[in-house]
Amino acid sequence: MNTLPQWAELLVSFFIILGASFTFIGSLGLLRLPDFMARLHAPTKATTLGVGGIIIGSMLYFSLSDTLSLHELLIAIFLFLTAPISAHLLAKAGLHLELKLTDNTRDLRKKPEQYSDKDS
Amino acid sequence: MLELALQIAFTLIGLSLLMNIVRLIRGPSLPDRILTLDTIYINSLALLILLGLWHNTAFYFEAALLIAMLGFIGTVAAAKFLLRGDIIE
Amino acid sequence: MNKLLPAPWWSLFLLVFWLLLQNTVSFGAALMGTILAIVIPLYTHRARDYRVTLHRPLVAGQYFIILLGDIVVSNFNIAAIILRPRKSIQPALIEFPLEISGSVPITVLASTISLTPGTISAELGRDGRSLLIHALNVTDADAAIEQIKRRYERRLKEIFQC
Repeated sequence: MNTLPQWAELLVSFFIILGASFTFIGSLGLLRLPDFMARLHAPTKATTLGVGGIIIGSMLYFSLSDTLSLHELLIAIFLFLTAPISAHLLAKAGLHLELKLTDNTRDLRKKPEQYSDKDS
Repeated sequence: MLELALQIAFTLIGLSLLMNIVRLIRGPSLPDRILTLDTIYINSLALLILLGLWHNTAFYFEAALLIAMLGFIGTVAAAKFLLRGDIIE
Repeated sequence: MNKLLPAPWWSLFLLVFWLLLQNTVSFGAALMGTILAIVIPLYTHRARDYRVTLHRPLVAGQYFIILLGDIVVSNFNIAAIILRPRKSIQPALIEFPLEISGSVPITVLASTISLTPGTISAELGRDGRSLLIHALNVTDADAAIEQIKRRYERRLKEIFQC
């Protein structure tokens, strides 16, 4: 590893630990939350930002220790563009299969048939 | 300092992967398992970026980008399969 | 738009993408990137069956910054919910009446909803006039809808003029 000035090491460490913690919390949510639709929230948000944090740390490290290096940003852009899409498709699949939701879910749909792709 | 931070991060992401595996085994439904596989590829991508930091090389970047792309396509194909019963319409 | 650059924003995006992929800003990389940024849209723009114009680029920039801030805030919310005892959340399925139209603005709005605090867009209504949202922890559904309308939909309406 290259030697960085103290403040730079602190900054990079901060982003890496922050990102790893969010990734951890995302997986914890995946394990703990009660039903599928609720579980969907944890990985799409927390894990995406967690990887984003790690990528910022990596970008800072390579930029400060060598020349400017921004190509990790591509991974972050790609993840932030695709996370909502896969979440949307999985939510559609969950609705389609009519998975059981927890008991305290309130269904505020006024016209549920609008959202089912069954032929009526 | 950075070494310690990287070790902590490795531990945290390793633990996340373990928790993902628990969810993968417990299920209970197919979308849950696809969601878990989605999370697993994102976590291993994070692990790969950390490995690049650890070895001080940028060579892992392309691998991480490829994992991101193929993982996304895999998730979409699996979700499509659940929705329609086949992948290419 | 003129003939050479059917989609200028897209060409700019391709050029930046190429430079990021190369991780250098040299003359050769910029030249190759420019060629790609001109050729790829010319070759593929017939396959795009949607037309979209950014009417207010400044508002779009502002929207992007607000979105980044909200993503960070939403993550702290989600983290707080996950670390709390598990029976205390109040999920809800909410119907969100859309005021904007067109596939690109609705896609942007749905993605925004998925990335911001406690909500995920689950399904577009059959008539394309409403979105089904799953909220992780919400007590007042109308207030949540009102916030999305005020914060994002109003700006998108301004950006895309639809």
